Amino acid sequence: MKLITAIVKPFKLDDVREALSDIGVSGVTVTEVKGFGRQKGHTELYRGAEYVVDFLPKVKLEIAISEEMVEQAIEAIVSGAKTGKIGDGKIFVSPLEEVVRIRTGETGPDAI
Amino acid sequence: MKKVHFIALLLGTLIPSLAQADELNQANTAWILTSTALVLFMTIPGLSLFYGGLVRSKNVLSVLMQCFAITCLVSILWLCGVYSLVFAEGGAFIGDLSSAFKGPESATSMVGDIPESVFFMFQMTFAIISPALIVGGFAERMRFSSMLWFSTGWLVLVYAPVCHWIWGGGWLADMGVMDFAGGIVIHVNAGVAALVAALVLGKRKGFPTTPMPPHNMTMTVTGAGMLWVGWFGFNAGSALAADGSAGMAMLVTHIGSAAGALTWMFIEWKKFGKPSVLGIVTGMVAGLGTITPASGFVGPMGALVIGVTAGTVCFYATQYIKRTLQIDDSLDVFPVHGVGGIVGSLLTGVFAAASLGGVGLAAGVTISDQVMVQAIGITATAAWSGGISYILLKLIDKLIGLRVDEDEENEGLDVVLHEETGYKGI
Repeated sequence: MKLITAIVKPFKLDDVREALSDIGVSGVTVTEVKGFGRQKGHTELYRGAEYVVDFLPKVKLEIAISEEMVEQAIEAIVSGAKTGKIGDGKIFVSPLEEVVRIRTGETGPDAI
Repeated sequence: MKKVHFIALLLGTLIPSLAQADELNQANTAWILTSTALVLFMTIPGLSLFYGGLVRSKNVLSVLMQCFAITCLVSILWLCGVYSLVFAEGGAFIGDLSSAFKGPESATSMVGDIPESVFFMFQMTFAIISPALIVGGFAERMRFSSMLWFSTGWLVLVYAPVCHWIWGGGWLADMGVMDFAGGIVIHVNAGVAALVAALVLGKRKGFPTTPMPPHNMTMTVTGAGMLWVGWFGFNAGSALAADGSAGMAMLVTHIGSAAGALTWMFIEWKKFGKPSVLGIVTGMVAGLGTITPASGFVGPMGALVIGVTAGTVCFYATQYIKRTLQIDDSLDVFPVHGVGGIVGSLLTGVFAAASLGGVGLAAGVTISDQVMVQAIGITATAAWSGGISYILLKLIDKLIGLRVDEDEENEGLDVVLHEETGYKGI
């Protein structure tokens, strides 16, 4: 099992969700996050006072997924989130030791 | 000038004794009832939202609370004697306490051709918004109890006499100062007090290096829109009649506001590269504050010049006070309201002249005479408001302390002073 953590642009969330649904991903957790990468921040100006906004809003998706679906899921996220411009985000894949479905007590791939 | 001005004066001074015989005019009464609601609407929720959006999210409730509590407090004080100190006969400096704890003489007593109860209420809403405007000067760092003491003291010792001087038949009224709806009485008065409060309390922790951007611009723009609408009651209501003077006051108010807003927007666009939302609404407030003293006296073209001047002068005043002098008048009350009130009150003396499209100056009075009189009115008010506010603040600081401590300021006034938060997470 793998945990896919993807950081994407907020307005691409719907596209990503659709692409994931299309390949049969059945569960995603979404969080609004802020951060910086190569896109860096921007400046804001209020009555002449300039503020540098270092952290830009992004959306973080967490997907627990079986090994064989990882490649497909990554493709789906990329297809949904890509604009080709700097700041499109990143995808991290990490090993996932255990999953428990709270309602039934099922564990492992059955619980995904 | 004197015609319109004199009506306002008469209403202020010779009532209720002389005017009592007037017959009730229902149209005028209906308009002033409406205007009263509009002016109250300016403070709650207009100004509250405008200010609330400009502070950081940890202090949003403290600002809303200050405006709300001031509304309640001033209403009671108005009944307990402040109305009387302003409008009862008294002398050149202050009224007397003959109608304290009583308010209007009776349900049938009249001021001009409207009921005194309506006049009492209408004027009360002006007294409410004045200390509420000052909130912007000390926002995000003042203790709530100290704020209540200061607002009380300021209303009695500053607002009451100044309002009496100009609208209650006091010495500035006798000199012929023209202030249709409160450029001096409210905007200069409150603006100077806010500047003094900002200086006495000192900068917010972190100013100017830490960013303190508005936490909710949508709230601010909503409040600004309400202020604009409410201002029709403020200025057109100040005619105290539903007539041509009120209509012209509304027209010039609108033009002044629109011109101020556009001017500020274009200056920012040119100077900083983008037309900002906060810029256009701040210019609107500057335009409104500046046209206020002139509103019943000038014509539409005068209003256009006044509005453009407001947007320009107040913009540069804001930059100068905040960036150059680094005075932390948190929400820029002085550069917008104070400076706007000063500019507008001076220009009233110019554009009220019949040759420039206004209602005309008093017989034998030249523009320069009138501008001089206006300058005296402004200077006297600024000096009195500044001096008494300073003494009041120092006194309160000594007795109970003005500021929350540093940890409390970091934490935010909402939780520390009110044990509530404006926004809930999980």
